[in-house]
Amino acid sequence: MDSYIQFERVSFSHGRRVILDQVDLVIPRGKITAIMGPSGTGKTTLLRLIGGQIRARSGRVMVNGLDMGRASRSELLAMRRRLGMLFQNGALFTDLTAGENVAFPLREHSRLPEDIIQRIIALKLQAVGLLSAADQMPAALSGGMSRRVALARALALDPELMLYDEPFTGQDPINLGVLLRLIASLNKALGLTSVLVSHDVTEALSIADQVFVINEGRVVGSGSPEDLLVQKAQSPFLQQFLDGVPDAVTGQSETEARNLAVALGLGVPTVPMAEQESVQ
Amino acid sequence: MSGWINSLLAFLALLGRWMLESTQHTGRMILFTGAVFLRLFPAWTRPRLIIQEVYAIGVLSLVIIVISGGFVGLVLGLQGYNILSKFNATESLGVMVSLSLVRELGPVVTALLFAGRAGSAMTAEIALMKTTEQLSAMEMMAVDPLRRVVAPRFWGALFAMPLLAALFSLVGILGGYLIGVVVLGVDPASYWGQIQQQMSPVDDVLNGVIKSLAFGFVIGLIAVFEGYDAEPTSLGISRATTRTVVLSSLTVLGLDFILTAWMFGT
Amino acid sequence: MNAQRGIEILVGAFVLAGIIALLMLTLKWSNFGSTSVHGYTVTAEFDNVGGLSDRSPVKLAGMTIGRVERIQIDPKSFEAVVTMVIADQYNNLPKDSFASIYTAGLLGAQYVEISPGGDTQVLKNGDKITMTQSAVILEKVISKFLFNKAAEK
Repeated sequence: MDSYIQFERVSFSHGRRVILDQVDLVIPRGKITAIMGPSGTGKTTLLRLIGGQIRARSGRVMVNGLDMGRASRSELLAMRRRLGMLFQNGALFTDLTAGENVAFPLREHSRLPEDIIQRIIALKLQAVGLLSAADQMPAALSGGMSRRVALARALALDPELMLYDEPFTGQDPINLGVLLRLIASLNKALGLTSVLVSHDVTEALSIADQVFVINEGRVVGSGSPEDLLVQKAQSPFLQQFLDGVPDAVTGQSETEARNLAVALGLGVPTVPMAEQESVQ
Repeated sequence: MSGWINSLLAFLALLGRWMLESTQHTGRMILFTGAVFLRLFPAWTRPRLIIQEVYAIGVLSLVIIVISGGFVGLVLGLQGYNILSKFNATESLGVMVSLSLVRELGPVVTALLFAGRAGSAMTAEIALMKTTEQLSAMEMMAVDPLRRVVAPRFWGALFAMPLLAALFSLVGILGGYLIGVVVLGVDPASYWGQIQQQMSPVDDVLNGVIKSLAFGFVIGLIAVFEGYDAEPTSLGISRATTRTVVLSSLTVLGLDFILTAWMFGT
Repeated sequence: MNAQRGIEILVGAFVLAGIIALLMLTLKWSNFGSTSVHGYTVTAEFDNVGGLSDRSPVKLAGMTIGRVERIQIDPKSFEAVVTMVIADQYNNLPKDSFASIYTAGLLGAQYVEISPGGDTQVLKNGDKITMTQSAVILEKVISKFLFNKAAEK
């Protein structure tokens, strides 16, 4: 399998707190890989390592053949131009309109004439279904809309790698459905490699080709969504995390998730896992 | 006995932590300053961004500066007249008002107002960009936030300060004229004539400009640093803004003493 | 682009205003206050003008009636020639008027005081006041006083 990103025994700590401990990951090219785990287990750290914003204390992070620990500044910048990242809350520039936000990377990195830039803005906003919002300021957009504008901005330079940081948190059901479909179809249509970090089990599993589950800095489960179901049987943690069962309460989040899945018309009831297995 | 030792140890720990944190803070500031300096001239490849900041930092501070300058001039005129009339020397009102403004009050009061008006806004803006991951997003788009966001703001502060201070002094002198000449009847030609005779373009005006440039430099640097270094929470933003105002006001006043001693001391 | 243009214009105006303010502070105000005096010019020679300067007032009975326009040195007599402009409405000053340099109060600026004489002819443009009294230099007065005291003993 052709890999785009490899982590080889990567460790990272913040002060005395160990965030990643000897992590090995292989992220395949052209697929959607979900990295899941409870909040605060170093998932965002993983994305920042991939983007080269921080460097590993030990081990090696390879992105498209580039060793991020040793990359020069210019190599790093060149790599980032082929990368799009969707931040948790969109991170739109608040002093620019939605359209200018999409234009930002183009204006920074290209000398395209104005009419072509306008055409690309329209194209990218059309792709996320927000062409009409081009002249709005980010403050006037809803949370879901600004995340979609941010997605259009991340796609402006036609990246080969897309990173999504918690794309599903705090979304209303309609937006959630739109986003899921967008991520999946973009990946297929543009041949992207996508890495998404999420603690929303249902949504992540519904579109991921491959999954890594991380807990306390270590990889505790990996493989296709189906493989995970097999591993689940041996691991109480995986069982608890994937089924979304809090220590004492049972049932509630299952029904919630099921209702959500039906409301979204996703077709595949993904929770509980046992049922998914039988459907597939 | 052991309770006494414990509170002593707690005190020592507090002192030590404070010392370590301020050392780290200073260290980060020095590193940051170096990083910004490297990008000061590259930032000129986009002069429009700098113009934008001169607008946001300078033009938008104009109203407060002009109004304050006018009031300070009025007060100086009134106080000066009262003092000088005791010595029957009200002809010197012009020179008293203008020297106070050009040498001291112009640069210093402008700097204090500037720290409150523009410095805090710069800090809050950058800190908010950090909190909402806009700076991170820029980095991920292979755009250097220090060059794109920080350096133009620093230039804006550096340009705006001397211009604002000059306007402040000029409006103040006009305010002194208004109260002294128009209201209190000081001889107008003496007002201007004494200014002309006593005020030196190098010793007074140039030194005033140097002061205001120095103040613009430190306020700009403190404001962008505190914003960039802010803890990315709403509490962090408000703390950073307060720090900017407090730190730059103290630095301006301290620096003013040093510069005055150096320029006019001997 | 329109908003950007507006910003550029405002910034330009701001920079220009700041530079003009600086220039006005630097250029010694040469155009201020001089327009008010329209009148005739007379000169007077003094041994010593003390702190008198351009634009110092010329007074009659305590009222300002004119301005010192310039002060030069007469190359022959080495005396200071003070040129002053007196407002046209005071065109009836006797020709034998007396000009002295006084100090306003203890610390104030110096000015020229005109004491009218009794001549029937009046001062005209270009005339010269012949009777003058120089500025009082405080040190000279004190030393004179001390020497006199010493001489008395």
